[in-house]
Amino acid sequence: MSTAVGVEERAQARSRRFGRPDQLPIAARRLLAAALIVGGLVLPFFFDAGGGFIDDATLALAYVVMALGLNIIVGFAGLLDLGYVAFFAIGAYTIGWFGSFFFSGITENGIHVLVTGIAAEAPGIHLNFLIIVVIAVLFCTIAGMAIGLPTLRLRGDYIAIVTLAFGEIIGRIAINGDQIALGFLGGEQTLTAGRQGITPVDKVDLPLLAPFTSLELRPWYWLAFALVLLVLFVNLRLRDSRLGRAWIALREDEVAAASMGVPLVKTKLMAYGTGAAFGGISGAFLGSYLNTVNADQFQFSFSIFLLAMIILGGLGSIWGVVLGAIALSFINNRLIPDVLNDVPSALGLDFDLTQLSFGIFGFLLLIMMVLRPEGLIPERRRQMELRDESIETDEAVYEARMS
Amino acid sequence: MSADGTGPILAAEAITKQFGGLTAVNDVSFAIPRGAIVSLIGPNGAGKTTFFNILTGLYKPTLGRVRFEGKDITAVRPDKIMALGIARTFQNIRLFGTMTALENVMVGQHARMKAGLFGSILRPPRVRREEQRVRDKAAEALEYVGLRSALHEQLATNLSYGDQRRVEIARALASDPKLLLLDEPTAGMNPQESEDLTRFMERLRDELGLSILLIEHDMKVVMGVSEHVTVLDHGEKISEGDAQTVRTDPLVVEAYLGKQEAERQRQGGVV
Repeated sequence: MSTAVGVEERAQARSRRFGRPDQLPIAARRLLAAALIVGGLVLPFFFDAGGGFIDDATLALAYVVMALGLNIIVGFAGLLDLGYVAFFAIGAYTIGWFGSFFFSGITENGIHVLVTGIAAEAPGIHLNFLIIVVIAVLFCTIAGMAIGLPTLRLRGDYIAIVTLAFGEIIGRIAINGDQIALGFLGGEQTLTAGRQGITPVDKVDLPLLAPFTSLELRPWYWLAFALVLLVLFVNLRLRDSRLGRAWIALREDEVAAASMGVPLVKTKLMAYGTGAAFGGISGAFLGSYLNTVNADQFQFSFSIFLLAMIILGGLGSIWGVVLGAIALSFINNRLIPDVLNDVPSALGLDFDLTQLSFGIFGFLLLIMMVLRPEGLIPERRRQMELRDESIETDEAVYEARMS
Repeated sequence: MSADGTGPILAAEAITKQFGGLTAVNDVSFAIPRGAIVSLIGPNGAGKTTFFNILTGLYKPTLGRVRFEGKDITAVRPDKIMALGIARTFQNIRLFGTMTALENVMVGQHARMKAGLFGSILRPPRVRREEQRVRDKAAEALEYVGLRSALHEQLATNLSYGDQRRVEIARALASDPKLLLLDEPTAGMNPQESEDLTRFMERLRDELGLSILLIEHDMKVVMGVSEHVTVLDHGEKISEGDAQTVRTDPLVVEAYLGKQEAERQRQGGVV
């Protein structure tokens, strides 16, 4: 009885000490969310419209979308996916195919659906961005489930190996796709443009808004921000649902989950499919934003980069993943190339710090694992689990000394 | 022998399970009458848990059939068997450690819920109502097994051993099963707790109309509660009948105590 009461008291003490957002009263939580949204929306007005900060922030938001997708697969369902870059690739190629000159060889006048400006006149296939996003989601969901199938009977490390291979296969196809002739489409049409890249790619063109340009970056930022909000909403809703509970049950104990009525195959495929869909959304956005779909973007290291974001932030923790993705993205795109790049030369060393970026990420993860293995903002569950043991031991020692 | 409510709720017919060259269960037939508490006993490694896993769909039997309410459920997936109305607990408690007690019990109702991917995201009134119903029912099940409501929001790993056992039973009960399989529920309990559990099983049968299959080591529990006992040894059924018959069966005594000891008891008349 006394231990039980102790547990509750400790839980309360913990929530006071950590002051976590999901333990605040509902009104305070809403206020915080509103403040964050408004803050995020007005942020670009404080920076130059074509400048580096908005560029970095937009990239960071696009990475948040992907990291939240990966978090569903790895963080919620516990399926270690090392090939997530494949969904970035598939999303990006969707816009490469359906929103550029790429297929100009096969359609003389081009195919145009709800596009304006140059895109409406140009040869090739040009679909509206929203249609492309829907197609990218479809493609990625199918691809996600396809990679899910061979891993259904596998666990842990073995899933990692299969997904890693899948990521590599998609990457190789992207690189060598310029040698793959699509004969049925006639002419010289290939699958991808390999390392040359498909460029230019249509700019995002949303209904009621002027087409986006590469000079004014704010609309891109706001679109990415809207995508993050959408994906956050989906994540939060899923986390506290029948499906979210089933994913976590699966992560904790597959045998028990199945015995409690959770269908393993369906539930796992849902995790793969949903997670992959977010990669597709972000991929399509980045294809347009970066104005190129280049096979060199889709390397294994990018999967690891995303994985590092969710581990740094806190595996399974939605807010942690958002923070981890923003942090690593800024370290990668701003801190290392712009701020710290002079450090080696100042020390009399002759190398480019960006070449060391993965070494730096590795070091960061190492420090995290030692100091705060549960991540920057831990998932509520893991925090209670990991923290409790230490508290218990401390108290046990304390009590022993007192008596 | 069908769903007319008179035949046994579950019947296993000539079940054999081989792992490679090892025969874990050999030609075991077995029936659970409706509304009965029956026990499966036997020394360690007798094949009790393997048999359990066959009934719940975790293993496919090499030979034989399992019928539940007259319906063939041999090699049906575990989640579907759970949906049909067979719920279980595990020998070494298998709760979802990082979920709260309440969430654990909510997972137990997975098969009784309908919300899909889009329902979960959009959360229409239908899904909200379902979620609330499942939450209320989970709390109710936890109350029923006697977990104080203050502990409902605690993570399962942080609960005491006895409370974890309670949550596991609540998780199984929340799915409204017709048949409950308990795998050594008194393991690690003191005599008083075992006694409480025995009374609790009778309550389950009388109040909820459940049929219960019990794997148990504690003879006192088995003899106190079961109407029918089946004894396995080396994967074979060596004896069955009411508690008294089984207890005095020389084969059973031998399986538990060894041949010599059995011999001595027979001669000395000590039981």
